[in-house]
Amino acid sequence: MQDDDAKILPIPTRAEGRRWHDMGGEDAGPVELCEHDYALWEKRVDALMVICSSKGHFTVDGLRRALEDMGEEAFETMSYYERWVAAINQNLVEAGVYTLEELGRRMEEVRARGATYGEAAAPHEAAGDG
Amino acid sequence: MKLRAMAERVRVARWMPPGHVRTPAYLRGRVGEVERRLGTFPNPEQAAYGLPAEPRELVRVRFRAADIWGAEAERPDDLIEAEIYGHWLEPVAHQD
Amino acid sequence: MAHDAPFAHSGMSPSGHPYRPDNDEPLTYWQCMEIAMRELLIEKGVTTPEEIARQIEAMDARSPANGAALVARVWTDPAFRERVLADASDAAREMGFDIGPLRLIAVENTDEVHNVIVCTLCSCYPRNLLGLPPDWYKSRAYRSRVVREPRAVLREFGVELPEHVTIRVHDSTAEMRYIVIPRRPEGTEGMSEGELAALVTRDSMIGTGLPRRPE
Repeated sequence: MQDDDAKILPIPTRAEGRRWHDMGGEDAGPVELCEHDYALWEKRVDALMVICSSKGHFTVDGLRRALEDMGEEAFETMSYYERWVAAINQNLVEAGVYTLEELGRRMEEVRARGATYGEAAAPHEAAGDG
Repeated sequence: MKLRAMAERVRVARWMPPGHVRTPAYLRGRVGEVERRLGTFPNPEQAAYGLPAEPRELVRVRFRAADIWGAEAERPDDLIEAEIYGHWLEPVAHQD
Repeated sequence: MAHDAPFAHSGMSPSGHPYRPDNDEPLTYWQCMEIAMRELLIEKGVTTPEEIARQIEAMDARSPANGAALVARVWTDPAFRERVLADASDAAREMGFDIGPLRLIAVENTDEVHNVIVCTLCSCYPRNLLGLPPDWYKSRAYRSRVVREPRAVLREFGVELPEHVTIRVHDSTAEMRYIVIPRRPEGTEGMSEGELAALVTRDSMIGTGLPRRPE
């Protein structure tokens, strides 16, 4: 490249506004060649994402925006579908699909049903049970 | 995979607004060539906030590794390609 | 390689991942939210239990085997190869795969070019064709490093490319998703499309692996 003005400027730093999720080129350790199958609750989160976005309740960009705004600590401490269910919820609340009051009441009811996922989901186990 | 002599060259804006954008930081300010034009898509910078999203052109841009990483490139002639929305791109005049 | 076991391997789920325990762990905060959210969405008529079940079935049916079948046809049918390179979404639909709104670009490896796929900003992946991505694809290490030092990353996957090969890294930053068409291994002349598909690994379609060699 012969351009006079094509000098390689440094990549913007975090102090200059680079955001945590924008990782390309950052230093990182070796790639851990790990993988796992997805649990039923994770598949349900995925299904709700596809269904709600296809019906126009939010966009993929709305989900990404919520995931990004959750910050780096969420990326390091929450699992992938934990972050997704949080981002879907954020978008559904913003879109007015349900209120935080409704969600709070329902979560309390769910928790009272039992100590495991299977027990807590039981009354509606037919829902999306594959 | 030589860069074509008359390729259309573009520079990515080095804007750093906070918020949801799909232009990676490592490509901001970099010069590449248009690999192909993909048509228009809703602007994600509006869609992300639940706003009506205007159509924006989407362009696949090809960069030489050396034009991104400089002397630190693992191999100068390796290529990185990405989709960049048109409002982030400005034409670059040919120097040759 | 353990991370790229055959997706038809026994002990693997239909989506090509190892099984893991499911419903008998203590309920977490986020699982509780999933149940509550799902019930509210059903009660408000946004979705139905049947629709959720169908969506999960559709996702479970998507696996690297779909991509492997497409690659094997590219290797054996020159006209189909042209169609894949022109519009991979149309070609995948032509094979009968339900890929929804997926916009797919196929990038072909040659003796001079090796393609690798990543999403540095999140975790975009051709899920509607290949199923859900492996965990490493979503990891900080892969997303950060493969655009800057693809050869070092490929070495960690056991892939060493000849000196003269150019690497093209495709960062899925927006609307397109990508699949690598790996090179057909030598010594496979006369093999059937089905036999060839069995050589095509998931990682070879991401670019972090190469197809198996025939026995």
